[in-house]
Amino acid sequence: MKTSLPIKILNVIGLIVVVIIFAMPFIWMISTSLKTLGETMIFPPKWLPDELIWENFMEAWNSGPFLQYFINSVIVSVGILMLQFITVIPAAYAFARYEFRCKNILFGLVMVTMMIPAQLIFLPVFLNLSEWRLLDTLWGLILPFATSAFGIFMLRQTFKQVPEELLEAARLDNSSEFKIMMKMMVPMAKPTLITLGLFNFITHWNDYFWPLVMTTTERARTLPVGIAQLRQVDGGVAWNILMAGNVILVIPILITFFFAQRQIIRAFTYTGVK
Amino acid sequence: MKVAKWRPYLLITPAIIVFLVFFIQPIFYMIYLSFHDWNFISPDKTFVGLENFKALLSDPMFLQVIRNTLMYTFFTVLFSISIALLMSIWLNRRGWMYSFVQGAVFSPHIISLVSIAMLWMWIMDADYGLLNWILSLVGMDKVPWLTDPNTALASLIIIAVWKNIGYYTLIIIAGLQSIPKHLYEAAALDQTSSFRRFTKITFPMLSPSIFFLTIIGILDSIKVFETISIITKGGPLNSTNTLVYYIYENGFIFFKIGYASAAGVILLVILSIVTLIYFKVLGKRVHYQ
Repeated sequence: MKTSLPIKILNVIGLIVVVIIFAMPFIWMISTSLKTLGETMIFPPKWLPDELIWENFMEAWNSGPFLQYFINSVIVSVGILMLQFITVIPAAYAFARYEFRCKNILFGLVMVTMMIPAQLIFLPVFLNLSEWRLLDTLWGLILPFATSAFGIFMLRQTFKQVPEELLEAARLDNSSEFKIMMKMMVPMAKPTLITLGLFNFITHWNDYFWPLVMTTTERARTLPVGIAQLRQVDGGVAWNILMAGNVILVIPILITFFFAQRQIIRAFTYTGVK
Repeated sequence: MKVAKWRPYLLITPAIIVFLVFFIQPIFYMIYLSFHDWNFISPDKTFVGLENFKALLSDPMFLQVIRNTLMYTFFTVLFSISIALLMSIWLNRRGWMYSFVQGAVFSPHIISLVSIAMLWMWIMDADYGLLNWILSLVGMDKVPWLTDPNTALASLIIIAVWKNIGYYTLIIIAGLQSIPKHLYEAAALDQTSSFRRFTKITFPMLSPSIFFLTIIGILDSIKVFETISIITKGGPLNSTNTLVYYIYENGFIFFKIGYASAAGVILLVILSIVTLIYFKVLGKRVHYQ
Protein backbone atom coordinates (compact mmCIF):
# COMPACT_ATOMS: atom_id res chain seq x y z
CA MET A 1 0.00 0.00 0.00
CA LYS A 2 1.35 3.41 -0.90
CA THR A 3 1.00 6.24 1.54
CA SER A 4 1.21 9.85 0.54
CA LEU A 5 3.98 12.12 1.77
CA PRO A 6 1.88 14.26 4.15
CA ILE A 7 0.62 11.11 5.86
CA LYS A 8 4.18 9.87 6.21
CA ILE A 9 5.28 13.14 7.78
CA LEU A 10 2.31 13.12 10.14
CA ASN A 11 3.20 9.58 11.09
CA VAL A 12 6.76 10.53 11.96
CA ILE A 13 5.58 13.54 13.96
CA GLY A 14 3.22 11.23 15.81
CA LEU A 15 6.06 8.83 16.60
CA ILE A 16 8.18 11.70 17.91
CA VAL A 17 5.34 12.84 20.17
CA VAL A 18 5.01 9.33 21.56
CA VAL A 19 8.74 9.13 22.25
CA ILE A 20 8.57 12.52 23.97
CA ILE A 21 5.72 11.40 26.21
CA PHE A 22 7.68 8.38 27.36
CA ALA A 23 11.25 9.66 27.31
CA MET A 24 10.80 13.25 28.40
CA PRO A 25 10.09 12.44 32.05
CA PHE A 26 13.51 10.75 32.23
CA ILE A 27 15.22 13.67 30.51
CA TRP A 28 13.42 15.99 32.88
CA MET A 29 14.67 13.91 35.78
CA ILE A 30 18.28 14.18 34.61
CA SER A 31 17.96 17.88 33.90
CA THR A 32 16.48 18.53 37.35
CA SER A 33 19.21 16.49 39.00
CA LEU A 34 21.80 18.98 37.72
CA LYS A 35 20.01 22.15 38.79
CA THR A 36 20.40 24.36 41.82
CA LEU A 37 17.56 24.33 44.32
CA GLY A 38 16.62 27.83 43.17
CA GLU A 39 16.34 26.69 39.57
CA THR A 40 13.77 24.05 40.52
CA MET A 41 11.52 26.75 41.91
CA ILE A 42 10.91 28.75 38.79
CA PHE A 43 7.72 28.85 36.78
CA PRO A 44 7.71 28.47 33.82
CA PRO A 45 10.33 25.79 34.40
CA LYS A 46 13.79 26.07 32.87
CA TRP A 47 14.72 23.29 30.52
CA LEU A 48 18.41 23.27 31.21
CA PRO A 49 20.37 24.41 34.26
CA ASP A 50 22.77 27.33 33.77
CA GLU A 51 25.52 25.35 35.35
CA LEU A 52 25.72 21.59 35.86
CA ILE A 53 25.67 20.97 39.59
CA TRP A 54 27.30 17.54 39.84
CA GLU A 55 27.55 18.01 43.60
CA ASN A 56 23.84 17.11 43.80
CA PHE A 57 24.79 13.49 43.29
CA MET A 58 27.31 13.62 46.10
CA GLU A 59 24.77 15.31 48.32
CA ALA A 60 22.13 12.69 47.57
CA TRP A 61 24.63 9.88 48.10
CA ASN A 62 25.91 11.35 51.36
CA SER A 63 22.51 12.12 52.83
CA GLY A 64 22.17 8.53 54.04
CA PRO A 65 24.22 5.34 54.26
CA PHE A 66 23.90 4.81 50.53
CA LEU A 67 26.94 2.60 50.21
CA GLN A 68 25.26 0.27 52.69
CA TYR A 69 22.00 0.42 50.71
CA PHE A 70 23.84 -0.27 47.49
CA ILE A 71 25.70 -3.26 48.92
CA ASN A 72 22.46 -4.57 50.40
CA SER A 73 20.74 -4.22 47.02
CA VAL A 74 23.50 -6.15 45.29
CA ILE A 75 23.54 -8.92 47.91
CA VAL A 76 19.76 -9.29 47.83
CA SER A 77 19.41 -9.29 44.02
CA VAL A 78 22.37 -11.62 43.43
CA GLY A 79 21.45 -13.82 46.39
CA ILE A 80 17.90 -14.27 45.12
CA LEU A 81 19.19 -14.97 41.63
CA MET A 82 21.59 -17.69 42.76
CA LEU A 83 19.18 -19.38 45.14
CA GLN A 84 16.50 -19.37 42.46
CA PHE A 85 18.75 -21.16 40.01
CA ILE A 86 19.60 -23.75 42.66
CA THR A 87 15.94 -24.44 43.47
CA VAL A 88 14.27 -23.80 40.13
CA ILE A 89 16.44 -25.90 37.80
CA PRO A 90 15.96 -29.24 39.65
CA ALA A 91 12.27 -28.63 40.26
CA ALA A 92 11.63 -27.71 36.64
CA TYR A 93 13.59 -30.75 35.52
CA ALA A 94 11.57 -33.04 37.77
CA PHE A 95 8.24 -31.62 36.61
CA ALA A 96 9.27 -31.79 32.96
CA ARG A 97 10.90 -35.22 32.86
CA TYR A 98 9.63 -37.49 35.58
CA GLU A 99 6.37 -39.15 36.37
CA PHE A 100 5.70 -39.41 40.05
CA ARG A 101 2.81 -39.68 42.45
CA CYS A 102 1.08 -36.42 43.34
CA LYS A 103 2.89 -34.69 40.49
CA ASN A 104 -0.24 -32.88 39.39
CA ILE A 105 -1.12 -31.78 42.89
CA LEU A 106 2.40 -30.52 43.49
CA PHE A 107 2.50 -28.71 40.18
CA GLY A 108 -0.89 -27.24 41.04
CA LEU A 109 0.73 -25.91 44.19
CA VAL A 110 3.37 -24.20 42.04
CA MET A 111 0.67 -22.63 39.89
CA VAL A 112 -1.27 -21.43 42.92
CA THR A 113 1.87 -19.85 44.36
CA MET A 114 2.44 -18.04 41.08
CA MET A 115 -0.84 -16.22 41.66
CA ILE A 116 -0.03 -15.14 45.23
CA PRO A 117 1.44 -11.63 45.24
CA ALA A 118 3.75 -10.40 47.99
CA GLN A 119 1.17 -7.72 48.77
CA LEU A 120 -1.28 -10.38 49.91
CA ILE A 121 0.92 -12.23 52.39
CA PHE A 122 3.30 -9.61 53.72
CA LEU A 123 1.58 -9.26 57.06
CA PRO A 124 1.68 -12.94 58.12
CA VAL A 125 5.20 -13.32 56.66
CA PHE A 126 6.27 -10.27 58.65
CA LEU A 127 4.92 -11.88 61.83
CA ASN A 128 6.70 -15.14 61.00
CA LEU A 129 9.99 -13.44 60.27
CA SER A 130 9.71 -11.49 63.48
CA GLU A 131 9.22 -14.72 65.38
CA TRP A 132 12.23 -16.28 63.65
CA ARG A 133 14.31 -13.16 64.35
CA LEU A 134 14.81 -12.58 60.64
CA LEU A 135 13.22 -9.16 60.49
CA ASP A 136 15.58 -6.40 59.46
CA THR A 137 18.07 -8.90 58.05
CA LEU A 138 19.02 -9.56 54.46
CA TRP A 139 17.78 -13.14 54.92
CA GLY A 140 14.28 -11.80 55.35
CA LEU A 141 14.60 -10.13 51.97
CA ILE A 142 16.15 -13.12 50.20
CA LEU A 143 14.61 -16.33 51.57
CA PRO A 144 10.94 -15.71 50.61
CA PHE A 145 12.12 -15.38 46.99
CA ALA A 146 14.56 -18.28 47.11
CA THR A 147 12.48 -19.99 44.48
CA SER A 148 10.16 -18.82 41.75
CA ALA A 149 6.95 -20.44 40.62
CA PHE A 150 7.13 -18.47 37.40
CA GLY A 151 10.69 -19.70 36.86
CA ILE A 152 9.72 -23.33 37.40
CA PHE A 153 6.79 -22.95 35.05
CA MET A 154 8.86 -21.30 32.34
CA LEU A 155 11.87 -23.62 32.57
CA ARG A 156 9.65 -26.70 32.64
CA GLN A 157 8.27 -25.69 29.23
CA THR A 158 11.80 -25.41 27.88
CA PHE A 159 12.94 -28.72 29.36
CA LYS A 160 9.91 -30.47 27.91
CA GLN A 161 10.95 -29.51 24.41
CA VAL A 162 14.22 -31.41 24.60
CA PRO A 163 13.71 -34.64 22.58
CA GLU A 164 13.56 -37.78 24.71
CA GLU A 165 16.01 -39.58 22.35
CA LEU A 166 18.81 -37.26 23.41
CA LEU A 167 18.25 -38.19 27.02
CA GLU A 168 18.05 -41.89 26.19
CA ALA A 169 21.35 -41.67 24.34
CA ALA A 170 22.98 -39.98 27.28
CA ARG A 171 21.59 -42.58 29.66
CA LEU A 172 22.99 -45.38 27.48
CA ASP A 173 26.35 -43.70 27.89
CA ASN A 174 25.85 -44.18 31.61
CA SER A 175 25.67 -40.49 32.34
CA SER A 176 24.25 -39.85 35.76
CA GLU A 177 20.91 -38.05 35.96
CA PHE A 178 22.60 -35.13 37.64
CA LYS A 179 25.09 -34.88 34.80
CA ILE A 180 22.29 -35.02 32.23
CA MET A 181 20.51 -32.21 33.99
CA MET A 182 23.52 -29.97 34.37
CA LYS A 183 25.52 -30.80 31.25
CA MET A 184 22.71 -31.29 28.73
CA MET A 185 19.54 -29.63 29.84
CA VAL A 186 20.96 -26.48 31.37
CA PRO A 187 23.05 -25.47 28.35
CA MET A 188 20.05 -26.07 26.10
CA ALA A 189 17.92 -23.87 28.31
CA LYS A 190 20.44 -21.06 28.35
CA PRO A 191 18.20 -18.48 26.63
CA THR A 192 15.41 -19.22 29.10
CA LEU A 193 17.81 -18.96 32.02
CA ILE A 194 19.13 -15.61 30.80
CA THR A 195 15.56 -14.39 30.37
CA LEU A 196 14.68 -15.57 33.83
CA GLY A 197 17.81 -14.07 35.34
CA LEU A 198 17.23 -10.66 33.79
CA PHE A 199 13.61 -10.66 34.87
CA ASN A 200 14.44 -11.56 38.45
CA PHE A 201 17.40 -9.28 38.78
CA ILE A 202 15.54 -6.23 37.52
CA THR A 203 12.43 -7.05 39.53
CA HIS A 204 14.27 -7.42 42.82
CA TRP A 205 16.69 -4.58 42.16
CA ASN A 206 13.67 -2.29 41.72
CA ASP A 207 11.57 -3.74 44.51
CA TYR A 208 10.44 -1.27 47.11
CA PHE A 209 7.53 -2.97 48.80
CA TRP A 210 9.20 -5.97 50.40
CA PRO A 211 12.33 -4.26 51.74
CA LEU A 212 10.20 -1.39 53.04
CA VAL A 213 7.92 -3.70 54.96
CA MET A 214 10.53 -6.15 56.25
CA THR A 215 13.11 -3.68 57.51
CA THR A 216 12.90 -1.31 60.44
CA THR A 217 16.39 0.21 60.40
CA GLU A 218 18.87 1.13 57.70
CA ARG A 219 20.83 -2.07 58.39
CA ALA A 220 19.07 -4.17 55.75
CA ARG A 221 17.47 -1.48 53.61
CA THR A 222 18.04 -1.48 49.89
CA LEU A 223 18.57 1.31 47.41
CA PRO A 224 14.91 1.92 46.45
CA VAL A 225 13.92 2.29 50.11
CA GLY A 226 16.85 4.62 50.74
CA ILE A 227 15.97 6.75 47.74
CA ALA A 228 12.32 6.90 48.77
CA GLN A 229 13.39 8.27 52.12
CA LEU A 230 15.45 11.06 50.62
CA ARG A 231 12.42 13.30 50.63
CA GLN A 232 12.23 13.19 54.40
CA VAL A 233 15.65 14.83 54.66
CA ASP A 234 14.23 18.22 55.58
CA GLY A 235 10.92 20.06 55.62
CA GLY A 236 10.63 21.13 52.01
CA VAL A 237 11.31 19.00 48.98
CA ALA A 238 14.72 19.45 47.37
CA TRP A 239 13.73 18.19 43.95
CA ASN A 240 17.23 18.48 42.53
CA ILE A 241 18.68 16.18 45.22
CA LEU A 242 15.71 13.85 44.97
CA MET A 243 16.07 13.51 41.21
CA ALA A 244 19.82 12.99 41.58
CA GLY A 245 19.10 10.06 43.88
CA ASN A 246 16.66 8.64 41.37
CA VAL A 247 19.10 9.03 38.51
CA ILE A 248 21.50 6.85 40.52
CA LEU A 249 18.75 4.24 40.84
CA VAL A 250 17.51 4.37 37.25
CA ILE A 251 20.63 4.80 35.13
CA PRO A 252 22.06 1.27 35.61
CA ILE A 253 18.72 -0.22 34.54
CA LEU A 254 18.34 2.10 31.54
CA ILE A 255 21.88 1.33 30.36
CA THR A 256 21.24 -2.40 30.69
CA PHE A 257 18.01 -1.93 28.80
CA PHE A 258 19.80 -0.06 26.05
CA PHE A 259 22.22 -2.93 25.47
CA ALA A 260 19.92 -5.87 26.09
CA GLN A 261 16.62 -4.48 24.92
CA ARG A 262 15.51 -7.60 23.06
CA GLN A 263 16.27 -10.01 25.91
CA ILE A 264 14.72 -7.74 28.53
CA ILE A 265 11.54 -7.26 26.55
CA ARG A 266 11.38 -11.00 26.00
CA ALA A 267 11.88 -11.57 29.73
CA PHE A 268 9.08 -9.25 30.74
CA THR A 269 6.56 -10.20 28.09
CA TYR A 270 7.12 -13.94 28.22
CA THR A 271 3.86 -14.91 29.94
CA GLY A 272 1.71 -12.82 27.67
CA VAL A 273 3.29 -13.72 24.35
CA LYS A 274 3.46 -17.45 24.75
CA MET B 1 16.36 -46.81 32.65
CA LYS B 2 14.60 -46.85 35.92
CA VAL B 3 15.24 -43.96 38.22
CA ALA B 4 14.94 -44.14 41.93
CA LYS B 5 11.43 -43.35 43.11
CA TRP B 6 12.50 -40.69 45.54
CA ARG B 7 14.59 -38.73 43.08
CA PRO B 8 11.91 -36.38 41.67
CA TYR B 9 10.77 -35.58 45.19
CA LEU B 10 14.31 -34.73 46.17
CA LEU B 11 14.57 -32.39 43.19
CA ILE B 12 11.41 -30.49 43.98
CA THR B 13 11.80 -30.40 47.75
CA PRO B 14 13.75 -27.12 48.11
CA ALA B 15 11.25 -25.22 45.98
CA ILE B 16 8.23 -26.79 47.66
CA ILE B 17 9.57 -25.95 51.12
CA VAL B 18 9.97 -22.29 50.18
CA PHE B 19 6.43 -22.24 48.78
CA LEU B 20 4.95 -23.85 51.86
CA VAL B 21 6.83 -21.69 54.34
CA PHE B 22 6.58 -18.33 52.63
CA PHE B 23 3.39 -18.53 50.58
CA ILE B 24 0.98 -21.25 51.65
CA GLN B 25 1.36 -21.18 55.42
CA PRO B 26 1.03 -17.36 55.52
CA ILE B 27 -2.30 -17.58 53.73
CA PHE B 28 -3.70 -19.89 56.39
CA TYR B 29 -2.04 -17.91 59.16
CA MET B 30 -3.70 -14.76 57.82
CA ILE B 31 -7.11 -16.46 57.75
CA TYR B 32 -6.52 -17.63 61.32
CA LEU B 33 -5.51 -14.13 62.45
CA SER B 34 -8.55 -12.58 60.80
CA PHE B 35 -10.73 -14.27 63.43
CA HIS B 36 -8.64 -12.91 66.27
CA ASP B 37 -7.92 -9.68 67.99
CA TRP B 38 -4.23 -9.02 68.45
CA ASN B 39 -2.01 -5.98 68.78
CA PHE B 40 1.29 -7.74 68.02
CA ILE B 41 2.79 -6.88 71.42
CA SER B 42 0.55 -8.74 73.84
CA PRO B 43 1.26 -12.47 74.09
CA ASP B 44 -2.30 -13.67 73.53
CA LYS B 45 -4.61 -13.47 70.60
CA THR B 46 -8.29 -13.31 71.50
CA PHE B 47 -10.75 -15.22 69.33
CA VAL B 48 -13.44 -12.81 68.16
CA GLY B 49 -15.19 -14.79 65.43
CA LEU B 50 -16.40 -12.61 62.60
CA GLU B 51 -16.09 -9.36 64.56
CA ASN B 52 -13.20 -8.07 62.43
CA PHE B 53 -15.18 -8.58 59.26
CA LYS B 54 -18.25 -6.95 60.75
CA ALA B 55 -16.16 -3.98 61.85
CA LEU B 56 -14.58 -3.72 58.41
CA LEU B 57 -17.81 -3.80 56.51
CA SER B 58 -19.41 -1.20 58.73
CA ASP B 59 -16.40 1.10 58.57
CA PRO B 60 -17.16 3.88 56.05
CA MET B 61 -13.43 4.35 55.55
CA PHE B 62 -12.99 0.74 54.49
CA LEU B 63 -15.89 1.04 52.07
CA GLN B 64 -14.21 4.08 50.60
CA VAL B 65 -10.97 2.12 50.35
CA ILE B 66 -12.77 -0.61 48.42
CA ARG B 67 -14.39 1.97 46.15
CA ASN B 68 -11.04 3.67 45.53
CA THR B 69 -9.40 0.34 44.75
CA LEU B 70 -12.12 -0.68 42.31
CA MET B 71 -12.17 2.71 40.59
CA TYR B 72 -8.39 2.72 40.31
CA THR B 73 -8.37 -0.82 38.93
CA PHE B 74 -11.23 -0.31 36.51
CA PHE B 75 -9.93 2.88 34.93
CA THR B 76 -6.29 1.84 34.91
CA VAL B 77 -7.11 -1.37 33.07
CA LEU B 78 -9.64 0.26 30.76
CA PHE B 79 -7.32 3.08 29.65
CA SER B 80 -4.21 0.94 29.52
CA ILE B 81 -5.86 -1.58 27.21
CA SER B 82 -7.67 0.89 24.96
CA ILE B 83 -4.65 3.11 24.42
CA ALA B 84 -2.35 0.12 23.99
CA LEU B 85 -4.74 -1.32 21.40
CA LEU B 86 -4.50 1.82 19.28
CA MET B 87 -0.76 2.12 19.79
CA SER B 88 -0.09 -1.49 18.88
CA ILE B 89 -2.01 -1.28 15.61
CA TRP B 90 0.00 1.82 14.80
CA LEU B 91 3.40 0.56 15.94
CA ASN B 92 3.15 -2.98 14.60
CA ARG B 93 5.59 -2.36 11.76
CA ARG B 94 9.13 -3.28 10.90
CA GLY B 95 12.06 -0.92 10.84
CA TRP B 96 14.42 0.68 13.32
CA MET B 97 12.09 3.62 13.86
CA TYR B 98 9.28 1.44 15.11
CA SER B 99 11.44 -0.78 17.27
CA PHE B 100 13.00 2.30 18.82
CA VAL B 101 9.58 3.75 19.64
CA GLN B 102 8.46 0.40 21.04
CA GLY B 103 11.53 0.35 23.27
CA ALA B 104 10.94 3.91 24.46
CA VAL B 105 7.31 3.19 25.28
CA PHE B 106 8.30 0.04 27.12
CA SER B 107 11.09 1.61 29.20
CA PRO B 108 8.92 2.75 32.16
CA HIS B 109 7.99 -0.87 32.74
CA ILE B 110 11.48 -1.79 33.97
CA ILE B 111 12.05 1.31 36.10
CA SER B 112 11.60 1.11 39.85
CA LEU B 113 8.21 2.34 40.99
CA VAL B 114 10.08 4.50 43.48
CA SER B 115 11.56 6.55 40.67
CA ILE B 116 8.33 6.59 38.72
CA ALA B 117 6.43 7.81 41.74
CA MET B 118 8.93 10.54 42.61
CA LEU B 119 9.38 11.62 39.03
CA TRP B 120 5.65 12.07 38.54
CA MET B 121 5.29 13.75 41.87
CA TRP B 122 7.71 16.30 40.53
CA ILE B 123 6.08 16.52 37.10
CA MET B 124 2.66 16.91 38.72
CA ASP B 125 3.88 19.44 41.28
CA ALA B 126 1.19 22.10 41.50
CA ASP B 127 3.55 25.09 41.53
CA TYR B 128 6.62 24.21 39.50
CA GLY B 129 5.61 21.02 37.72
CA LEU B 130 6.12 20.33 34.05
CA LEU B 131 2.56 19.22 33.51
CA ASN B 132 1.03 22.46 34.73
CA TRP B 133 3.47 24.33 32.54
CA ILE B 134 2.25 22.38 29.51
CA LEU B 135 -1.34 23.19 30.53
CA SER B 136 -0.41 26.86 30.87
CA LEU B 137 0.85 26.80 27.27
CA VAL B 138 -2.65 25.98 26.08
CA GLY B 139 -4.11 28.57 28.44
CA MET B 140 -5.35 26.28 31.18
CA ASP B 141 -5.17 26.95 34.91
CA LYS B 142 -2.87 25.08 37.24
CA VAL B 143 -4.27 21.78 38.46
CA PRO B 144 -3.39 20.62 42.00
CA TRP B 145 -2.99 17.08 40.66
CA LEU B 146 -1.91 15.05 43.65
CA THR B 147 -2.93 17.34 46.46
CA ASP B 148 -6.64 17.69 45.74
CA PRO B 149 -9.02 14.89 46.80
CA ASN B 150 -10.89 15.30 43.52
CA THR B 151 -7.91 14.74 41.25
CA ALA B 152 -5.47 12.65 43.30
CA LEU B 153 -6.84 9.24 42.37
CA ALA B 154 -7.13 10.23 38.72
CA SER B 155 -3.52 11.41 38.80
CA LEU B 156 -2.39 8.05 40.16
CA ILE B 157 -4.34 6.36 37.37
CA ILE B 158 -2.53 8.52 34.78
CA ILE B 159 0.82 7.45 36.24
CA ALA B 160 -0.18 3.79 36.20
CA VAL B 161 -1.43 3.98 32.62
CA TRP B 162 1.79 5.69 31.54
CA LYS B 163 3.78 2.89 33.11
CA ASN B 164 1.58 0.08 31.76
CA ILE B 165 1.10 1.09 28.15
CA GLY B 166 4.46 -0.13 26.85
CA TYR B 167 3.99 -3.60 28.27
CA TYR B 168 0.40 -3.82 27.10
CA THR B 169 1.33 -2.58 23.63
CA LEU B 170 4.04 -5.19 23.18
CA ILE B 171 1.71 -7.98 24.31
CA ILE B 172 -0.93 -6.87 21.82
CA ILE B 173 1.67 -6.51 19.05
CA ALA B 174 2.68 -10.11 19.69
CA GLY B 175 -1.00 -11.00 19.43
CA LEU B 176 -1.30 -9.11 16.15
CA GLN B 177 1.68 -10.88 14.70
CA SER B 178 0.19 -14.27 15.44
CA ILE B 179 -2.93 -13.57 13.37
CA PRO B 180 -2.67 -15.68 10.22
CA LYS B 181 -2.06 -13.52 7.14
CA HIS B 182 -4.51 -15.48 5.01
CA LEU B 183 -7.43 -14.05 6.94
CA TYR B 184 -6.51 -10.58 5.77
CA GLU B 185 -5.85 -11.79 2.25
CA ALA B 186 -9.34 -13.26 2.13
CA ALA B 187 -10.75 -10.00 3.44
CA ALA B 188 -8.83 -8.06 0.81
CA LEU B 189 -10.34 -10.24 -1.91
CA ASP B 190 -13.76 -9.40 -0.57
CA GLN B 191 -12.82 -5.71 -0.53
CA THR B 192 -13.73 -5.41 3.14
CA SER B 193 -13.40 -1.95 4.65
CA SER B 194 -10.58 -1.46 7.11
CA PHE B 195 -13.06 -0.79 9.90
CA ARG B 196 -14.80 -4.10 9.22
CA ARG B 197 -11.42 -5.81 8.98
CA PHE B 198 -10.73 -4.57 12.50
CA THR B 199 -14.07 -5.54 14.02
CA LYS B 200 -14.40 -8.88 12.23
CA ILE B 201 -10.82 -10.15 12.18
CA THR B 202 -8.33 -8.20 14.25
CA PHE B 203 -10.36 -7.67 17.39
CA PRO B 204 -11.76 -11.20 17.70
CA MET B 205 -8.34 -12.69 16.98
CA LEU B 206 -6.83 -10.48 19.65
CA SER B 207 -9.32 -11.55 22.28
CA PRO B 208 -6.91 -13.98 24.00
CA SER B 209 -4.31 -11.22 24.42
CA ILE B 210 -6.88 -8.71 25.59
CA PHE B 211 -8.36 -11.18 28.01
CA PHE B 212 -4.92 -11.97 29.38
CA LEU B 213 -4.15 -8.28 29.82
CA THR B 214 -7.47 -7.63 31.52
CA ILE B 215 -6.74 -10.31 34.11
CA ILE B 216 -3.10 -9.33 34.59
CA GLY B 217 -4.16 -5.70 34.76
CA ILE B 218 -6.76 -6.36 37.43
CA LEU B 219 -4.41 -8.50 39.52
CA ASP B 220 -1.70 -5.88 39.18
CA SER B 221 -3.81 -2.78 39.85
CA ILE B 222 -5.69 -4.20 42.79
CA LYS B 223 -2.46 -4.56 44.73
CA VAL B 224 -1.24 -1.01 44.04
CA PHE B 225 0.91 0.21 46.90
CA GLU B 226 4.16 1.90 45.88
CA THR B 227 2.87 5.07 44.26
CA ILE B 228 0.39 5.55 47.10
CA SER B 229 2.93 4.96 49.82
CA ILE B 230 5.43 7.34 48.24
CA ILE B 231 3.21 10.07 46.84
CA THR B 232 -0.05 10.43 48.73
CA LYS B 233 0.05 8.16 51.80
CA GLY B 234 -3.59 7.44 51.05
CA GLY B 235 -4.57 11.10 51.22
CA PRO B 236 -5.75 13.73 50.76
CA LEU B 237 -8.80 12.84 52.86
CA ASN B 238 -8.38 9.13 52.10
CA SER B 239 -9.17 9.77 48.47
CA THR B 240 -6.32 7.49 47.36
CA ASN B 241 -6.32 4.96 50.17
CA THR B 242 -6.49 1.51 48.58
CA LEU B 243 -6.74 -2.01 49.90
CA VAL B 244 -3.07 -2.95 50.26
CA TYR B 245 -2.14 0.43 51.68
CA TYR B 246 -5.02 0.10 54.14
CA ILE B 247 -3.77 -3.32 55.24
CA TYR B 248 -0.29 -1.87 55.64
CA GLU B 249 -1.56 1.10 57.65
CA ASN B 250 -3.66 -0.99 59.99
CA GLY B 251 -1.07 -3.70 60.45
CA PHE B 252 2.12 -1.68 60.64
CA ILE B 253 1.07 1.69 61.99
CA PHE B 254 -1.98 0.92 64.16
CA PHE B 255 -0.95 -2.67 65.00
CA LYS B 256 -4.49 -3.94 64.44
CA ILE B 257 -3.26 -7.30 63.22
CA GLY B 258 -6.60 -9.11 63.24
CA TYR B 259 -8.37 -6.25 61.53
CA ALA B 260 -5.66 -5.92 58.88
CA SER B 261 -5.73 -9.69 58.34
CA ALA B 262 -9.47 -9.57 57.78
CA ALA B 263 -8.91 -6.94 55.09
CA GLY B 264 -6.22 -9.27 53.71
CA VAL B 265 -8.75 -12.10 53.55
CA ILE B 266 -11.05 -9.86 51.53
CA LEU B 267 -8.18 -9.18 49.12
CA LEU B 268 -7.59 -12.93 48.99
CA VAL B 269 -11.22 -13.52 48.03
CA ILE B 270 -11.09 -10.90 45.26
CA LEU B 271 -7.82 -12.26 43.85
CA SER B 272 -9.13 -15.82 43.99
CA ILE B 273 -12.26 -14.93 42.05
CA VAL B 274 -10.29 -13.16 39.33
CA THR B 275 -7.79 -16.02 39.13
CA LEU B 276 -10.56 -18.61 38.95
CA ILE B 277 -12.19 -16.72 36.08
CA TYR B 278 -8.82 -16.67 34.35
CA PHE B 279 -8.28 -20.40 34.58
CA LYS B 280 -11.91 -21.20 33.76
CA VAL B 281 -11.81 -19.17 30.57
CA LEU B 282 -8.32 -20.40 29.75
CA GLY B 283 -9.76 -23.89 29.86
CA LYS B 284 -12.32 -22.92 27.22
CA ARG B 285 -9.83 -20.76 25.31
CA VAL B 286 -10.98 -17.42 24.00
CA HIS B 287 -10.22 -17.62 20.34
CA TYR B 288 -11.85 -18.20 17.05
CA GLN B 289 -9.77 -20.76 15.27
